[in-house]
Amino acid sequence: MSQSTPTRRGADFYILAAFFGLFVLFLYGPMLMIFILSFQGPTGGLTFPMRGVSTHWFHDLWSSSRYGDLGGAFRRSLILGVMAMLITATVCLFAALGFRRRFWGAGPIFYLSIISLIVPGILLGLGISQLFQILGLRLSWWLSGLGAHLSWTLPFGLLIMFAVLNRFDGSWEEAARDAGAHPWQVLRLVTVPILFPGLIAVALFGFTLSYDEMPRSLLTVGGKNTLPIEISNMTTNVTTPALYAIGTVTSAVSFLVIALAFAGIAIIQRQRSRAKRGKN
Amino acid sequence: MSARSPGSGSQLTPYLQVAPLALLILALVGIPIGTVFMLSFWESDGISVYPAFTWQNYHDVLTASVTLSLFANTLKYAAIVLVATVLIGFTCSYFLVFHVRNLKWQIGLFLLCTIPFWTSNVIRMVSWIPFLGREGLFNQMLMQAGLISQPLDILLYSDFAVVLTYIHLFTLFMIVPIFNSMAKINPNLIEAARDAGANPFQILTGIIIPLSKTGIALGSIFVVTLVMGDFFVVRVMSGGQSASVVSAMKNEIDQLFYPQASAMAVLLVLVVVLMVSAILRVVDIRAELAR
Repeated sequence: MSQSTPTRRGADFYILAAFFGLFVLFLYGPMLMIFILSFQGPTGGLTFPMRGVSTHWFHDLWSSSRYGDLGGAFRRSLILGVMAMLITATVCLFAALGFRRRFWGAGPIFYLSIISLIVPGILLGLGISQLFQILGLRLSWWLSGLGAHLSWTLPFGLLIMFAVLNRFDGSWEEAARDAGAHPWQVLRLVTVPILFPGLIAVALFGFTLSYDEMPRSLLTVGGKNTLPIEISNMTTNVTTPALYAIGTVTSAVSFLVIALAFAGIAIIQRQRSRAKRGKN
Repeated sequence: MSARSPGSGSQLTPYLQVAPLALLILALVGIPIGTVFMLSFWESDGISVYPAFTWQNYHDVLTASVTLSLFANTLKYAAIVLVATVLIGFTCSYFLVFHVRNLKWQIGLFLLCTIPFWTSNVIRMVSWIPFLGREGLFNQMLMQAGLISQPLDILLYSDFAVVLTYIHLFTLFMIVPIFNSMAKINPNLIEAARDAGANPFQILTGIIIPLSKTGIALGSIFVVTLVMGDFFVVRVMSGGQSASVVSAMKNEIDQLFYPQASAMAVLLVLVVVLMVSAILRVVDIRAELAR
Protein backbone atom coordinates (compact mmCIF):
# COMPACT_ATOMS: atom_id res chain seq x y z
CA MET A 1 0.00 0.00 0.00
CA SER A 2 1.37 3.37 -0.90
CA GLN A 3 1.44 6.49 1.16
CA SER A 4 -1.33 8.81 0.17
CA THR A 5 0.59 12.04 0.70
CA PRO A 6 2.73 12.83 -2.36
CA THR A 7 5.67 14.02 -0.28
CA ARG A 8 9.18 14.20 -1.64
CA ARG A 9 11.31 11.10 -1.02
CA GLY A 10 13.51 11.57 2.02
CA ALA A 11 16.85 10.14 3.04
CA ASP A 12 15.13 7.17 4.68
CA PHE A 13 13.83 6.05 1.28
CA TYR A 14 17.32 5.93 -0.18
CA ILE A 15 18.80 4.19 2.86
CA LEU A 16 16.07 1.53 2.78
CA ALA A 17 16.33 1.16 -1.00
CA ALA A 18 20.09 0.61 -0.65
CA PHE A 19 19.47 -1.99 2.06
CA PHE A 20 16.93 -3.75 -0.13
CA GLY A 21 19.30 -3.64 -3.09
CA LEU A 22 22.04 -5.22 -0.99
CA PHE A 23 19.62 -7.93 0.11
CA VAL A 24 18.72 -8.75 -3.50
CA LEU A 25 22.43 -8.87 -4.31
CA PHE A 26 22.94 -11.21 -1.34
CA LEU A 27 20.05 -13.35 -2.61
CA TYR A 28 21.12 -13.64 -6.24
CA GLY A 29 24.84 -12.75 -6.30
CA PRO A 30 26.22 -16.13 -5.27
CA MET A 31 23.93 -17.96 -7.70
CA LEU A 32 24.99 -15.68 -10.51
CA MET A 33 28.59 -16.42 -9.64
CA ILE A 34 28.24 -20.18 -10.06
CA PHE A 35 26.34 -19.69 -13.34
CA ILE A 36 29.35 -17.74 -14.63
CA LEU A 37 31.87 -20.19 -13.18
CA SER A 38 30.12 -23.15 -14.79
CA PHE A 39 31.41 -21.83 -18.13
CA GLN A 40 34.98 -22.06 -16.79
CA GLY A 41 37.64 -23.21 -19.27
CA PRO A 42 38.85 -26.84 -19.15
CA THR A 43 41.80 -25.94 -16.91
CA GLY A 44 39.79 -23.64 -14.63
CA GLY A 45 39.05 -24.29 -10.99
CA LEU A 46 36.28 -23.76 -8.46
CA THR A 47 37.00 -20.05 -8.00
CA PHE A 48 37.75 -16.96 -10.05
CA PRO A 49 39.66 -16.10 -12.19
CA MET A 50 38.07 -17.62 -15.27
CA ARG A 51 40.60 -19.52 -17.37
CA GLY A 52 38.86 -19.12 -20.67
CA VAL A 53 35.22 -19.63 -21.47
CA SER A 54 33.89 -23.02 -22.54
CA THR A 55 31.05 -25.47 -22.20
CA HIS A 56 33.59 -28.14 -21.28
CA TRP A 57 32.06 -28.90 -17.87
CA PHE A 58 28.57 -29.37 -19.31
CA HIS A 59 29.93 -31.93 -21.78
CA ASP A 60 31.89 -33.49 -18.96
CA LEU A 61 28.65 -33.98 -16.98
CA TRP A 62 27.02 -36.09 -19.68
CA SER A 63 30.04 -37.90 -21.08
CA SER A 64 31.93 -38.80 -17.92
CA SER A 65 30.91 -41.73 -15.75
CA ARG A 66 32.53 -40.07 -12.73
CA TYR A 67 29.32 -38.42 -11.65
CA GLY A 68 27.10 -41.49 -11.44
CA ASP A 69 23.75 -41.78 -13.14
CA LEU A 70 22.97 -38.08 -13.58
CA GLY A 71 20.80 -38.58 -16.67
CA GLY A 72 18.65 -41.19 -14.95
CA ALA A 73 18.41 -39.09 -11.78
CA PHE A 74 17.34 -36.08 -13.83
CA ARG A 75 14.65 -38.12 -15.60
CA ARG A 76 13.36 -39.55 -12.31
CA SER A 77 13.21 -36.10 -10.72
CA LEU A 78 11.23 -34.72 -13.67
CA ILE A 79 8.74 -37.62 -13.57
CA LEU A 80 8.37 -37.30 -9.79
CA GLY A 81 7.87 -33.55 -10.12
CA VAL A 82 5.10 -33.98 -12.70
CA MET A 83 3.38 -36.71 -10.65
CA ALA A 84 3.59 -34.65 -7.45
CA MET A 85 2.30 -31.61 -9.34
CA LEU A 86 -0.77 -33.38 -10.78
CA ILE A 87 -1.66 -35.14 -7.51
CA THR A 88 -1.11 -32.00 -5.41
CA ALA A 89 -3.23 -29.78 -7.66
CA THR A 90 -6.11 -32.27 -7.87
CA VAL A 91 -6.16 -33.41 -4.24
CA CYS A 92 -5.74 -29.90 -2.81
CA LEU A 93 -8.42 -28.40 -5.07
CA PHE A 94 -11.04 -30.84 -3.81
CA ALA A 95 -9.82 -30.75 -0.21
CA ALA A 96 -9.93 -26.94 -0.08
CA LEU A 97 -13.43 -26.95 -1.61
CA GLY A 98 -14.47 -29.41 1.10
CA PHE A 99 -12.87 -27.32 3.86
CA ARG A 100 -15.30 -24.49 3.09
CA ARG A 101 -17.91 -26.36 5.07
CA ARG A 102 -17.76 -27.65 8.62
CA PHE A 103 -17.14 -31.35 8.86
CA TRP A 104 -16.01 -33.83 11.46
CA GLY A 105 -12.22 -34.23 11.52
CA ALA A 106 -11.38 -30.94 9.79
CA GLY A 107 -9.15 -29.81 12.67
CA PRO A 108 -6.99 -32.95 12.94
CA ILE A 109 -6.43 -33.14 9.17
CA PHE A 110 -5.42 -29.49 9.02
CA TYR A 111 -3.05 -29.78 11.99
CA LEU A 112 -1.49 -32.99 10.68
CA SER A 113 -0.77 -31.14 7.42
CA ILE A 114 0.89 -28.31 9.32
CA ILE A 115 2.88 -30.78 11.42
CA SER A 116 4.23 -32.24 8.19
CA LEU A 117 5.73 -28.84 7.39
CA ILE A 118 7.42 -28.31 10.74
CA VAL A 119 8.91 -31.72 11.57
CA PRO A 120 12.41 -32.30 10.21
CA GLY A 121 12.19 -33.79 6.71
CA ILE A 122 14.59 -36.58 7.52
CA LEU A 123 12.31 -37.72 10.37
CA LEU A 124 9.42 -38.24 7.96
CA GLY A 125 11.80 -39.98 5.56
CA LEU A 126 12.84 -42.31 8.38
CA GLY A 127 9.21 -42.92 9.31
CA ILE A 128 8.08 -43.69 5.76
CA SER A 129 11.06 -45.92 5.00
CA GLN A 130 10.71 -47.87 8.26
CA LEU A 131 6.97 -48.21 7.73
CA PHE A 132 7.70 -49.78 4.33
CA GLN A 133 10.25 -52.12 5.95
CA ILE A 134 7.79 -53.20 8.63
CA LEU A 135 5.07 -53.80 6.04
CA GLY A 136 7.57 -55.80 3.96
CA LEU A 137 7.37 -53.43 0.98
CA ARG A 138 10.32 -52.49 -1.19
CA LEU A 139 11.42 -48.86 -1.27
CA SER A 140 11.17 -47.30 -4.70
CA TRP A 141 11.43 -43.75 -5.96
CA TRP A 142 8.01 -43.88 -7.64
CA LEU A 143 6.10 -45.13 -4.57
CA SER A 144 7.80 -44.42 -1.23
CA GLY A 145 9.75 -41.57 -2.83
CA LEU A 146 6.61 -40.06 -4.33
CA GLY A 147 4.86 -40.45 -0.96
CA ALA A 148 7.65 -38.58 0.80
CA HIS A 149 7.39 -35.78 -1.76
CA LEU A 150 3.63 -35.57 -1.33
CA SER A 151 4.07 -35.19 2.44
CA TRP A 152 5.91 -31.97 1.53
CA THR A 153 3.87 -30.65 -1.42
CA LEU A 154 0.31 -31.38 -0.18
CA PRO A 155 0.40 -29.11 2.91
CA PHE A 156 1.82 -26.23 0.84
CA GLY A 157 -0.78 -26.84 -1.86
CA LEU A 158 -3.55 -26.84 0.73
CA LEU A 159 -2.43 -23.53 2.25
CA ILE A 160 -2.16 -21.87 -1.19
CA MET A 161 -5.58 -23.24 -2.14
CA PHE A 162 -7.06 -21.77 1.07
CA ALA A 163 -5.65 -18.38 0.12
CA VAL A 164 -7.04 -18.72 -3.41
CA LEU A 165 -10.51 -19.72 -2.20
CA ASN A 166 -10.54 -16.81 0.25
CA ARG A 167 -11.02 -14.54 -2.73
CA PHE A 168 -13.47 -16.85 -4.50
CA ASP A 169 -17.13 -15.86 -4.47
CA GLY A 170 -19.27 -18.94 -3.87
CA SER A 171 -22.31 -17.24 -5.39
CA TRP A 172 -20.97 -18.03 -8.88
CA GLU A 173 -21.43 -21.71 -8.08
CA GLU A 174 -24.87 -21.05 -6.62
CA ALA A 175 -25.93 -19.20 -9.75
CA ALA A 176 -24.80 -22.13 -11.90
CA ARG A 177 -26.70 -24.58 -9.69
CA ASP A 178 -29.81 -22.41 -9.80
CA ALA A 179 -29.53 -22.44 -13.59
CA GLY A 180 -29.73 -26.23 -13.41
CA ALA A 181 -26.07 -27.21 -13.71
CA HIS A 182 -25.05 -30.67 -12.56
CA PRO A 183 -22.31 -30.68 -9.81
CA TRP A 184 -19.71 -31.84 -12.34
CA GLN A 185 -20.76 -29.10 -14.73
CA VAL A 186 -20.43 -26.52 -11.95
CA LEU A 187 -16.93 -27.77 -11.24
CA ARG A 188 -15.83 -28.04 -14.87
CA LEU A 189 -17.48 -24.91 -16.27
CA VAL A 190 -17.47 -22.50 -13.30
CA THR A 191 -15.22 -23.38 -10.34
CA VAL A 192 -12.12 -24.65 -12.15
CA PRO A 193 -12.02 -21.92 -14.82
CA ILE A 194 -12.36 -19.17 -12.20
CA LEU A 195 -9.73 -20.75 -9.93
CA PHE A 196 -7.35 -21.60 -12.76
CA PRO A 197 -4.63 -19.00 -11.99
CA GLY A 198 -4.58 -20.26 -8.40
CA LEU A 199 -4.33 -23.82 -9.63
CA ILE A 200 -1.30 -22.87 -11.72
CA ALA A 201 0.31 -21.48 -8.55
CA VAL A 202 -0.42 -24.73 -6.69
CA ALA A 203 1.03 -26.70 -9.60
CA LEU A 204 4.16 -24.52 -9.53
CA PHE A 205 4.63 -25.31 -5.84
CA GLY A 206 3.90 -29.00 -6.46
CA PHE A 207 6.49 -29.37 -9.18
CA THR A 208 9.32 -27.23 -7.83
CA LEU A 209 9.08 -28.43 -4.22
CA SER A 210 9.20 -32.03 -5.41
CA TYR A 211 11.90 -31.40 -8.03
CA ASP A 212 14.25 -29.85 -5.42
CA GLU A 213 13.33 -32.05 -2.44
CA MET A 214 16.28 -33.73 -0.74
CA PRO A 215 15.95 -34.56 3.02
CA ARG A 216 12.70 -36.53 2.71
CA SER A 217 13.90 -38.37 -0.40
CA LEU A 218 17.22 -39.49 1.07
CA LEU A 219 15.90 -42.54 2.94
CA THR A 220 12.82 -43.24 0.83
CA VAL A 221 13.92 -43.49 -2.82
CA GLY A 222 15.54 -46.90 -2.47
CA GLY A 223 18.37 -47.81 -4.86
CA LYS A 224 17.79 -45.16 -7.52
CA ASN A 225 18.57 -41.56 -6.57
CA THR A 226 16.82 -38.35 -7.53
CA LEU A 227 18.78 -35.39 -8.90
CA PRO A 228 19.02 -33.38 -5.63
CA ILE A 229 20.47 -36.44 -3.88
CA GLU A 230 23.02 -36.93 -6.67
CA ILE A 231 23.94 -33.24 -6.46
CA SER A 232 24.29 -33.30 -2.68
CA ASN A 233 26.58 -36.33 -3.03
CA MET A 234 28.60 -34.34 -5.57
CA THR A 235 29.07 -31.43 -3.12
CA THR A 236 31.35 -33.59 -1.01
CA ASN A 237 33.32 -35.44 -3.67
CA VAL A 238 33.43 -33.34 -6.85
CA THR A 239 36.01 -30.57 -6.87
CA THR A 240 35.64 -29.36 -10.46
CA PRO A 241 33.32 -26.76 -12.03
CA ALA A 242 31.13 -29.71 -13.13
CA LEU A 243 29.39 -29.15 -9.79
CA TYR A 244 28.47 -25.64 -10.92
CA ALA A 245 27.47 -26.91 -14.36
CA ILE A 246 24.88 -29.26 -12.87
CA GLY A 247 23.75 -26.37 -10.66
CA THR A 248 23.26 -24.19 -13.72
CA VAL A 249 21.31 -26.93 -15.52
CA THR A 250 18.95 -27.65 -12.63
CA SER A 251 18.43 -23.94 -11.88
CA ALA A 252 17.64 -23.35 -15.56
CA VAL A 253 14.89 -25.99 -15.32
CA SER A 254 13.52 -24.31 -12.18
CA PHE A 255 13.58 -20.84 -13.73
CA LEU A 256 11.90 -22.16 -16.89
CA VAL A 257 9.07 -23.70 -14.85
CA ILE A 258 8.67 -20.49 -12.78
CA ALA A 259 8.59 -18.40 -15.97
CA LEU A 260 5.99 -20.70 -17.57
CA ALA A 261 3.76 -20.51 -14.48
CA PHE A 262 4.04 -16.70 -14.21
CA ALA A 263 3.41 -16.30 -17.95
CA GLY A 264 0.35 -18.55 -17.73
CA ILE A 265 -1.12 -16.54 -14.86
CA ALA A 266 -0.33 -13.23 -16.57
CA ILE A 267 -1.95 -14.30 -19.86
CA ILE A 268 -5.16 -15.41 -18.13
CA GLN A 269 -5.36 -12.21 -16.13
CA ARG A 270 -4.81 -10.07 -19.21
CA GLN A 271 -7.57 -11.92 -21.05
CA ARG A 272 -9.88 -11.40 -18.10
CA SER A 273 -9.23 -7.67 -17.79
CA ARG A 274 -9.72 -7.33 -21.56
CA ALA A 275 -13.01 -9.24 -21.36
CA LYS A 276 -14.12 -7.02 -18.48
CA ARG A 277 -13.25 -3.87 -20.41
CA GLY A 278 -15.08 -5.22 -23.46
CA LYS A 279 -18.28 -5.46 -21.49
CA ASN A 280 -18.20 -1.89 -20.19
CA MET B 1 -13.56 -19.28 3.48
CA SER B 2 -16.91 -17.83 2.59
CA ALA B 3 -19.75 -17.89 5.05
CA ARG B 4 -22.40 -18.81 2.48
CA SER B 5 -23.16 -22.50 2.11
CA PRO B 6 -20.95 -23.37 -0.85
CA GLY B 7 -20.65 -26.78 -2.43
CA SER B 8 -23.63 -28.79 -3.49
CA GLY B 9 -26.43 -30.36 -1.49
CA SER B 10 -25.41 -33.50 0.33
CA GLN B 11 -23.86 -33.50 3.83
CA LEU B 12 -21.51 -36.17 2.49
CA THR B 13 -19.87 -33.92 -0.10
CA PRO B 14 -17.13 -32.37 2.07
CA TYR B 15 -16.10 -35.83 3.30
CA LEU B 16 -15.75 -37.13 -0.24
CA GLN B 17 -13.85 -34.00 -1.26
CA VAL B 18 -11.40 -34.14 1.64
CA ALA B 19 -11.02 -37.94 1.73
CA PRO B 20 -8.05 -38.20 -0.69
CA LEU B 21 -6.08 -35.56 1.23
CA ALA B 22 -7.04 -37.07 4.58
CA LEU B 23 -5.94 -40.56 3.54
CA LEU B 24 -2.66 -39.35 2.01
CA ILE B 25 -1.79 -37.14 4.99
CA LEU B 26 -2.63 -39.93 7.42
CA ALA B 27 -0.58 -42.50 5.49
CA LEU B 28 2.37 -40.20 4.74
CA VAL B 29 2.54 -38.06 7.89
CA GLY B 30 0.46 -39.49 10.74
CA ILE B 31 1.45 -43.15 10.50
CA PRO B 32 5.16 -42.47 9.72
CA ILE B 33 5.45 -40.17 12.76
CA GLY B 34 3.75 -42.89 14.80
CA THR B 35 6.28 -45.37 13.39
CA VAL B 36 9.21 -43.21 14.51
CA PHE B 37 7.63 -42.89 17.96
CA MET B 38 7.18 -46.67 18.18
CA LEU B 39 10.69 -47.28 16.88
CA SER B 40 12.12 -45.12 19.66
CA PHE B 41 11.15 -47.90 22.11
CA TRP B 42 12.61 -50.76 20.04
CA GLU B 43 15.99 -52.42 20.39
CA SER B 44 18.77 -52.59 17.86
CA ASP B 45 22.18 -54.17 17.57
CA GLY B 46 23.47 -52.07 14.68
CA ILE B 47 22.37 -54.68 12.12
CA SER B 48 18.67 -55.01 12.64
CA VAL B 49 15.90 -53.61 14.81
CA TYR B 50 13.72 -55.70 17.13
CA PRO B 51 10.27 -54.97 18.51
CA ALA B 52 10.50 -54.24 22.22
CA PHE B 53 9.49 -51.72 24.82
CA THR B 54 12.55 -50.19 26.36
CA TRP B 55 13.41 -46.74 27.68
CA GLN B 56 17.08 -47.52 27.00
CA ASN B 57 17.26 -45.32 23.86
CA TYR B 58 15.94 -42.30 25.72
CA HIS B 59 18.24 -43.10 28.62
CA ASP B 60 21.22 -43.28 26.25
CA VAL B 61 20.35 -40.02 24.53
CA LEU B 62 19.58 -38.11 27.72
CA THR B 63 22.67 -39.25 29.61
CA ALA B 64 25.11 -38.71 26.73
CA SER B 65 27.07 -35.53 27.38
CA VAL B 66 27.07 -34.76 23.67
CA THR B 67 23.26 -34.41 23.58
CA LEU B 68 23.25 -31.21 25.58
CA SER B 69 25.91 -29.60 23.42
CA LEU B 70 24.07 -30.69 20.26
CA PHE B 71 20.87 -29.04 21.47
CA ALA B 72 22.79 -25.97 22.65
CA ASN B 73 24.51 -25.66 19.27
CA THR B 74 21.26 -26.08 17.36
CA LEU B 75 19.47 -23.51 19.53
CA LYS B 76 22.40 -21.12 19.10
CA TYR B 77 22.09 -21.35 15.31
CA ALA B 78 18.31 -20.92 15.55
CA ALA B 79 18.60 -17.84 17.78
CA ILE B 80 21.21 -16.05 15.64
CA VAL B 81 19.40 -16.83 12.40
CA LEU B 82 16.05 -15.79 13.90
CA VAL B 83 17.34 -12.38 14.97
CA ALA B 84 19.04 -11.76 11.62
CA THR B 85 16.08 -12.87 9.50
CA VAL B 86 13.58 -10.83 11.55
CA LEU B 87 15.71 -7.69 11.13
CA ILE B 88 16.32 -8.22 7.41
CA GLY B 89 12.79 -9.45 6.70
CA PHE B 90 11.17 -6.59 8.60
CA THR B 91 13.33 -3.94 6.93
CA CYS B 92 12.77 -5.30 3.42
CA SER B 93 9.00 -5.66 3.93
CA TYR B 94 8.83 -2.18 5.45
CA PHE B 95 10.57 -0.76 2.40
CA LEU B 96 8.30 -2.63 -0.01
CA VAL B 97 5.04 -1.78 1.73
CA PHE B 98 5.59 1.80 2.85
CA HIS B 99 8.16 3.19 0.43
CA VAL B 100 7.45 1.56 -2.94
CA ARG B 101 4.39 3.47 -4.09
CA ASN B 102 3.79 1.88 -7.46
CA LEU B 103 1.79 -1.34 -7.01
CA LYS B 104 3.40 -3.01 -10.05
CA TRP B 105 6.87 -2.32 -8.67
CA GLN B 106 5.80 -3.51 -5.24
CA ILE B 107 4.55 -6.86 -6.54
CA GLY B 108 7.53 -7.23 -8.87
CA LEU B 109 10.11 -6.60 -6.12
CA PHE B 110 8.19 -8.89 -3.75
CA LEU B 111 8.28 -11.70 -6.32
CA LEU B 112 11.99 -11.04 -6.80
CA CYS B 113 12.43 -11.89 -3.10
CA THR B 114 10.38 -15.09 -3.37
CA ILE B 115 11.64 -16.63 -6.63
CA PRO B 116 14.61 -18.40 -4.97
CA PHE B 117 12.04 -20.39 -2.95
CA TRP B 118 11.24 -22.36 -6.11
CA THR B 119 14.87 -23.22 -6.82
CA SER B 120 17.21 -25.75 -5.26
CA ASN B 121 18.44 -25.15 -1.70
CA VAL B 122 21.41 -27.43 -2.34
CA ILE B 123 22.54 -25.26 -5.26
CA ARG B 124 21.96 -22.04 -3.34
CA MET B 125 24.16 -23.42 -0.58
CA VAL B 126 26.85 -24.59 -2.99
CA SER B 127 26.93 -21.15 -4.57
CA TRP B 128 28.60 -19.70 -1.47
CA ILE B 129 31.70 -21.84 -2.01
CA PRO B 130 33.34 -19.71 -4.74
CA PHE B 131 32.64 -16.58 -2.72
CA LEU B 132 33.78 -17.65 0.73
CA GLY B 133 36.60 -20.09 -0.01
CA ARG B 134 40.27 -19.53 0.77
CA GLU B 135 40.81 -18.43 -2.83
CA GLY B 136 37.29 -17.09 -3.03
CA LEU B 137 36.12 -13.73 -4.25
CA PHE B 138 35.69 -12.22 -0.81
CA ASN B 139 39.25 -13.03 0.27
CA GLN B 140 40.56 -11.73 -3.06
CA MET B 141 38.68 -8.48 -2.59
CA LEU B 142 39.91 -8.02 0.98
CA MET B 143 43.51 -8.75 -0.07
CA GLN B 144 43.32 -6.32 -2.96
CA ALA B 145 41.89 -3.65 -0.70
CA GLY B 146 44.89 -4.23 1.54
CA LEU B 147 42.71 -5.03 4.56
CA ILE B 148 44.32 -8.43 5.12
CA SER B 149 47.61 -9.93 4.06
CA GLN B 150 46.65 -13.58 4.50
CA PRO B 151 43.41 -15.12 3.21
CA LEU B 152 40.88 -15.69 5.98
CA ASP B 153 40.17 -19.34 6.71
CA ILE B 154 37.13 -18.84 8.88
CA LEU B 155 34.87 -17.73 6.02
CA LEU B 156 34.10 -21.17 4.63
CA TYR B 157 33.73 -24.42 6.58
CA SER B 158 32.92 -22.65 9.82
CA ASP B 159 29.98 -21.67 11.99
CA PHE B 160 30.02 -18.35 10.18
CA ALA B 161 29.40 -20.09 6.84
CA VAL B 162 26.60 -22.18 8.37
CA VAL B 163 24.79 -19.16 9.79
CA LEU B 164 25.29 -17.10 6.62
CA THR B 165 23.85 -19.92 4.50
CA TYR B 166 20.85 -20.28 6.81
CA ILE B 167 20.15 -16.55 6.57
CA HIS B 168 20.52 -16.74 2.79
CA LEU B 169 18.17 -19.71 2.49
CA PHE B 170 15.50 -18.78 5.03
CA THR B 171 15.05 -14.97 5.05
CA LEU B 172 12.34 -15.22 2.40
CA PHE B 173 10.26 -17.29 4.83
CA MET B 174 10.28 -14.19 7.03
CA ILE B 175 9.67 -11.62 4.28
CA VAL B 176 6.51 -13.26 2.89
CA PRO B 177 4.44 -13.36 6.12
CA ILE B 178 5.67 -9.96 7.39
CA PHE B 179 4.91 -8.39 4.00
CA ASN B 180 1.41 -9.89 4.13
CA SER B 181 0.75 -8.50 7.62
CA MET B 182 2.09 -5.06 6.74
CA ALA B 183 0.13 -4.86 3.50
CA LYS B 184 -3.07 -5.28 5.53
CA ILE B 185 -2.35 -2.21 7.67
CA ASN B 186 -4.84 0.50 6.83
CA PRO B 187 -2.91 3.56 5.55
CA ASN B 188 -5.50 5.84 7.17
CA LEU B 189 -4.29 4.61 10.55
CA ILE B 190 -0.80 5.93 9.85
CA GLU B 191 -2.23 9.10 8.38
CA ALA B 192 -4.30 9.64 11.52
CA ALA B 193 -1.31 9.04 13.77
CA ARG B 194 0.73 11.52 11.77
CA ASP B 195 -2.02 14.12 11.98
CA ALA B 196 -2.14 13.57 15.72
CA GLY B 197 1.54 14.49 15.85
CA ALA B 198 3.24 11.09 16.05
CA ASN B 199 6.81 11.03 14.80
CA PRO B 200 8.01 8.26 12.43
CA PHE B 201 9.55 6.31 15.31
CA GLN B 202 6.29 6.36 17.26
CA ILE B 203 4.40 5.22 14.15
CA LEU B 204 6.86 2.37 13.79
CA THR B 205 6.71 1.17 17.38
CA GLY B 206 3.10 2.06 18.08
CA ILE B 207 1.39 0.91 14.88
CA ILE B 208 3.54 -0.98 12.40
CA ILE B 209 5.39 -3.38 14.71
CA PRO B 210 2.28 -4.38 16.74
CA LEU B 211 0.26 -4.92 13.56
CA SER B 212 3.07 -6.97 11.98
CA LYS B 213 3.24 -9.31 14.95
CA THR B 214 1.36 -12.13 13.21
CA GLY B 215 3.73 -12.07 10.28
CA ILE B 216 6.79 -11.98 12.52
CA ALA B 217 5.41 -14.93 14.52
CA LEU B 218 4.59 -17.00 11.42
CA GLY B 219 8.00 -16.26 9.92
CA SER B 220 9.69 -17.15 13.21
CA ILE B 221 7.94 -20.53 13.26
CA PHE B 222 9.16 -21.24 9.72
CA VAL B 223 12.73 -20.13 10.39
CA VAL B 224 13.09 -21.90 13.75
CA THR B 225 11.71 -25.19 12.44
CA LEU B 226 13.78 -25.02 9.26
CA VAL B 227 17.04 -24.35 11.12
CA MET B 228 16.32 -27.01 13.73
CA GLY B 229 15.40 -29.59 11.08
CA ASP B 230 18.51 -29.11 8.95
CA PHE B 231 21.41 -31.53 8.77
CA PHE B 232 22.84 -30.85 5.33
CA VAL B 233 23.92 -27.22 5.57
CA VAL B 234 25.57 -27.74 8.93
CA ARG B 235 27.39 -30.82 7.65
CA VAL B 236 28.71 -29.31 4.41
CA MET B 237 29.22 -25.66 5.35
CA SER B 238 30.94 -26.39 8.66
CA GLY B 239 33.20 -28.84 6.86
CA GLY B 240 32.13 -31.51 9.36
CA GLN B 241 33.38 -29.48 12.32
CA SER B 242 30.01 -28.62 13.81
CA ALA B 243 26.95 -30.74 14.40
CA SER B 244 23.30 -30.16 15.07
CA VAL B 245 20.70 -32.48 16.54
CA VAL B 246 19.50 -33.65 13.14
CA SER B 247 23.00 -34.08 11.71
CA ALA B 248 23.84 -36.31 14.69
CA MET B 249 20.59 -38.14 14.09
CA LYS B 250 21.55 -38.61 10.44
CA ASN B 251 24.86 -40.18 11.55
CA GLU B 252 22.99 -42.68 13.70
CA ILE B 253 20.69 -43.49 10.78
CA ASP B 254 23.72 -44.05 8.54
CA GLN B 255 25.01 -46.54 11.14
CA LEU B 256 21.56 -48.21 11.20
CA PHE B 257 20.89 -47.21 14.82
CA TYR B 258 17.30 -46.42 13.97
CA PRO B 259 15.84 -46.65 17.53
CA GLN B 260 18.45 -44.24 18.95
CA ALA B 261 17.89 -41.87 16.04
CA SER B 262 14.14 -42.10 16.63
CA ALA B 263 14.47 -41.29 20.32
CA MET B 264 16.53 -38.23 19.43
CA ALA B 265 13.96 -37.24 16.82
CA VAL B 266 11.13 -37.49 19.34
CA LEU B 267 13.04 -35.28 21.79
CA LEU B 268 13.78 -32.75 19.06
CA VAL B 269 10.15 -32.62 17.97
CA LEU B 270 9.16 -32.05 21.61
CA VAL B 271 11.55 -29.08 21.81
CA VAL B 272 10.30 -27.70 18.48
CA VAL B 273 6.66 -28.08 19.54
CA LEU B 274 7.41 -26.27 22.82
CA MET B 275 9.05 -23.41 20.93
CA VAL B 276 6.22 -23.15 18.43
CA SER B 277 3.60 -23.13 21.16
CA ALA B 278 5.60 -20.46 23.00
CA ILE B 279 5.43 -18.33 19.84
CA LEU B 280 1.71 -19.08 19.48
CA ARG B 281 1.20 -18.03 23.08
CA VAL B 282 2.56 -14.59 22.30
CA VAL B 283 0.48 -14.19 19.14
CA ASP B 284 -2.86 -15.83 18.43
CA ILE B 285 -2.18 -16.57 14.78
CA ARG B 286 -5.54 -18.19 14.06
CA ALA B 287 -7.51 -15.22 15.34
CA GLU B 288 -5.25 -12.79 13.50
CA LEU B 289 -5.34 -14.66 10.19
CA ALA B 290 -9.13 -14.63 10.17
CA ARG B 291 -9.02 -10.86 10.45
